[in-house]
Amino acid sequence: MAVYKHNYQAYTGPLTTSSLRFLVLTRYAYQRIFSSRIFLALFLICFLPPLAAAVFIYFQHNARILQTLQIPIEELVPIDAAFFRVFLYIQSFLGFLLATLVGPGLVSPDLTNNALPLYLSRPLTKRDYALGKISVLLILLSLITWIPLSLLFIFEAKMSGLGWMWKNIRLEFAILAGSWLWMLVISLLAVALSAWVRWKPIAGALIFGVFIVGAGFGTLINTVLFTQWGTLFNIGALMEIAWKWFLQGEQAPGQLPLWAVFFGLLGFCAVCLMLLAKKLKAYEVVR
Amino acid sequence: MQAVIELDNLTIRLGQRTVLKGLKGAFSGRSVGLLGPNGAGKTTLLHTLLGFHQPAAGTGRVFGYDIQSEIKKIRHLVGYMPENDSFIADMTGIRFVRMMAELSGLPPDLALERAHETLFYVGLGEARYRQLGTYSLGMKQMAKLAQAIVHGPRLLILDEPTNGLDPPARQRMISLIKDIRATGETALILSSHLLRDVEECCEEVMILKEGELVVYCNLEEERKANRKFLELEIIGDTQPFVEMAERLGCECAVHGTFRIKMVLPEQVQIRDLYVLAASKQIQIRKLNYKRDSLQDIFLKAMEGYRGSLQA
Repeated sequence: MAVYKHNYQAYTGPLTTSSLRFLVLTRYAYQRIFSSRIFLALFLICFLPPLAAAVFIYFQHNARILQTLQIPIEELVPIDAAFFRVFLYIQSFLGFLLATLVGPGLVSPDLTNNALPLYLSRPLTKRDYALGKISVLLILLSLITWIPLSLLFIFEAKMSGLGWMWKNIRLEFAILAGSWLWMLVISLLAVALSAWVRWKPIAGALIFGVFIVGAGFGTLINTVLFTQWGTLFNIGALMEIAWKWFLQGEQAPGQLPLWAVFFGLLGFCAVCLMLLAKKLKAYEVVR
Repeated sequence: MQAVIELDNLTIRLGQRTVLKGLKGAFSGRSVGLLGPNGAGKTTLLHTLLGFHQPAAGTGRVFGYDIQSEIKKIRHLVGYMPENDSFIADMTGIRFVRMMAELSGLPPDLALERAHETLFYVGLGEARYRQLGTYSLGMKQMAKLAQAIVHGPRLLILDEPTNGLDPPARQRMISLIKDIRATGETALILSSHLLRDVEECCEEVMILKEGELVVYCNLEEERKANRKFLELEIIGDTQPFVEMAERLGCECAVHGTFRIKMVLPEQVQIRDLYVLAASKQIQIRKLNYKRDSLQDIFLKAMEGYRGSLQA
């Protein structure tokens, strides 16, 4: 129908797949996010460390360049679990900054503008809505964590040969598991806080606060009660233990048992999900 | 004819309060007006049909789909215009309506085309690239209507669509609703406090009172079924005039000090009333034939629907 024919007409055309419709929310969120120059600058900075790592790997396998630069090969850092751990730390920290910048603006505008009844009156469940919003962060964080690190792994395998790849295949699984665990924790925290705190700067500060206050509280418990269980409140420390175990298969003595670490992280995710579910209602019922 | 809405002992409790009390019925009208005083449960009923509230007992169906187990199918067929402001302030009109169309399942290119058409249709064509936050109240209402119809729903649920509109904007909204109704492709449920809106837009009316369905009727049939009565305005002593009219067989109800509603038996003519008035030195200043309006139907429902001529 042409726009000048101002008649109401029912829609009889094709429909998209309903199982992937939550991605509409993700796409619209990206259009808004990428219009911010601050975000764009930070997003581009996130690709510098993997780029530098790729250059480093290339140099290490190019004797002529090393000779030209007069760098003895034995002085270079070996490409092993410790190398990937450093880059996992760097990328995760940058991901944390991105989540702090993007996360608070995901759900709060919908709640402030009372838009949830419009979303939820369509063929979109609360789960779809939450998935659409969390996917914004999951996709974004994927682009700067496990995807570039996996590409680095593949690049190193290409330069060193298949033997190196089979010997270090654990690293690839570690990159995937470690990145996804971190992405889930940070995404759920950011989206849950966005649902509860409508003022974006406060929500952003609270994401930092959860880590800092949690770490302080955990240390206090450990010091006062002469225990290690206070570490359960320190999300950063729990992640570090998990990453180290994923990448190097080892755990420092005196640390929390691994089951407790994973229980703590998954419990944290569950609490974030519960907080989010409590806020995602078409209407608040005044009891 | 398939019922648009079926209610089967539908009961909704919010906290300790029972808001809807065992509603029953099958409603097949193309345009149903939902009336009731504040707190009667109108909006709760609409929200329940959209799956926002879970029934405490009983159930309901929209186009035969159960509101508990098949809510996604229902939402494919429904367009909803909420009562309160609901939109994203920093989005342009076109982006907002397009997103809503895509969420209803339209492919992106067709959603954009429909969004343009719909915004022109509701009269926001020139303002479609402006941010919603800059719209006037009337424009926001139109934007809400646009998002509700952009995907061509089979059932359009309108919650107080003329809220806060000035007379020309209200008239525009009413004419759009009538136009949508006239296509015959979309059924309407219109909840409103304004009886005139319901009277103009709806064929059937459902009246809720304290969570119970007290009236469901076809407006036209109800008007025809209601007895025609006379409304008189007199100057003089009302009581003897009424007594004498009743002796002639008239059914009377005094309304205010000088207004009388009167149903005449077949043998009594208007001329007889003038004779009666002259004999008591009463002036008849106004005399009109009337039928019950929606307001009368509503007021009767609120009084308990006694079914007789009430003052």
